Amino acid sequence: MAYQIVEGCVNCWACEPLCPSQAIVAAKPHFLIDAAKCTECEGDHVAPQCAGICPVEGVILDSLGVPLNPPGSLTGIPPARLAAAMAEIQAR
Amino acid sequence: MELKVIDPGTGSGAAAGCASSGCGGKADALAHLPEHIRAKVHNHPCYSEEAHHHYARMHVAVAPACNIQCHYCNRKYDCANESRPGVVSEVLTPNQAVKKVIAVAANIPQMTVLGIAGPGDPLANPGRTLDTFRQLSEKAPDIKLCVSTNGLALPEVVDELCAHNIDHVTITINCVDPDVGVKIYPWIFWKGRRVKGRKGVAILIEQQQKGLEMLVARGVLVKVNSVLIPGVNDEHLKEVSRVVKAKGAFLHNVMPLIAEPEHGTFYGVMGQRGPTHEELQTLQDACAGDMNMMRHCRQCRADAVGMLGEDRGHEFTLEKIETMEIDYAQAMEHRRQVHATIEANREAQRKKSGETFISIASIKRTKKETRPVLMAVATTGGGVINQHFGHAREFLIYEANATDVRFIGVRKVELYCAGGDTCGDAETALAKTIRTLSGCEAVLCSKIGYEPWGQLEAAGITPNGEHALEPIEEAVAALYRELAAAGRLEQPMPAVARMRA
Repeated sequence: MAYQIVEGCVNCWACEPLCPSQAIVAAKPHFLIDAAKCTECEGDHVAPQCAGICPVEGVILDSLGVPLNPPGSLTGIPPARLAAAMAEIQAR
Repeated sequence: MELKVIDPGTGSGAAAGCASSGCGGKADALAHLPEHIRAKVHNHPCYSEEAHHHYARMHVAVAPACNIQCHYCNRKYDCANESRPGVVSEVLTPNQAVKKVIAVAANIPQMTVLGIAGPGDPLANPGRTLDTFRQLSEKAPDIKLCVSTNGLALPEVVDELCAHNIDHVTITINCVDPDVGVKIYPWIFWKGRRVKGRKGVAILIEQQQKGLEMLVARGVLVKVNSVLIPGVNDEHLKEVSRVVKAKGAFLHNVMPLIAEPEHGTFYGVMGQRGPTHEELQTLQDACAGDMNMMRHCRQCRADAVGMLGEDRGHEFTLEKIETMEIDYAQAMEHRRQVHATIEANREAQRKKSGETFISIASIKRTKKETRPVLMAVATTGGGVINQHFGHAREFLIYEANATDVRFIGVRKVELYCAGGDTCGDAETALAKTIRTLSGCEAVLCSKIGYEPWGQLEAAGITPNGEHALEPIEEAVAALYRELAAAGRLEQPMPAVARMRA
């Protein structure tokens, strides 16, 4: 049972001091979670701390690989709308 | 200061009807503030409009983490072509930041102010922020320290800020009503949980107001920043202005929303527009009855270095500062001399323009009623007109009327980079510049080329290079007198210029 940080993390440090298990590593190109240390905050917090403060959608996954903050959940931008805007920018 | 009254028999009349900056004391728009506050801000470019012509500031990006989400912000850090808050090229450790500040202070002696403004929220990174301040207050005691925050974590660190001699704090307050706030803030992180919606906003507002009160009670100077979001908080900001003034904030800075789809922000992607120059000015004027308004903000990056509106950060990358050997005691002495020279120049400019403003006051009584005029100014600093029209990346906008010249705001020529491939649309740079100057009837610069001269005139804007190297407000007043003497200010604004406004 451990979370993982994947590509897309912007290395903002917000999660690092909150982790009750010191499982977050300031690695390059992006931060990582030490799976041996991560407890998913069980016993320490009701809600996982790293995923609770992370500002970027889709970069912290649970042990099944499912994002804790799915697309649209933090920014409020509907994913289809974001995709359309990005496609328009690409097409210019 | 002794004033020369040029128009005889109008001793008291010369002062009648003067607005913020008219009549003798002129360049000092903060003249009505208590002496101890003026002493604190007289060389602070962000708190004093007049000071920003002479002094520089820098931000160090030591604070990447944030504890709230704003709809105008996206947490990406690395676009060197963008100038907006929340964007930086590299995040520094406190030790690296201190080294950079010392290097900049030695090389840009007019830099008086160090601010920590992000790219996240400085107080959501209390260890990194306070360590930087603690080191600097020991090693560089001649630099003013400032912090800018969203206010959520402010109450719990107020006393520590005071302990480190931080006497200027900026709080971004976009609303005092949670029903407005839910359209601006999707969530906050509070006591170990992400709190979404109205509940989170209510906590944020409560913390902001509490922090403001605590700072004021401790004698800290507080500026309030608000982002003007048309249709969301535009009318509401008048209420914000009244509330924060009543609680003791001394300056209110209403800034335009920056929103482009390329930024990937909620507002950018969802098509929320920013305000026009006119909407911004109208709101600032509406708030000005109650509150000192800041109008010269450049919405700097969290790692900006130099005079407001300029960014010399590339001269002070980590790699470059590594090779700089600095004797700060020596640098401090040099800085002291440079500051003394700047103050002597400012005093001379103030004396000179005092005379101009008494003479501008005489126009009204000798001529017909003349209307107010907006003028654009190209300057690289020093408080004088000293920039070639074609080199200007921004223009300062002044309004002159029969008794007074007042600073209105700043307009950037290249409005915030919209990404590599989007820059080459059909509109030429000159046409864009002219559109940026909409509503202005004259532009003062040191020099101007033949082609822009013709196009500006065609657009109803009079180019003027005859006041090069003169103090700005004096030159604006002089040009106003020239236009008045030519009888051009008795009729309404020409249709071509009005249409563009």
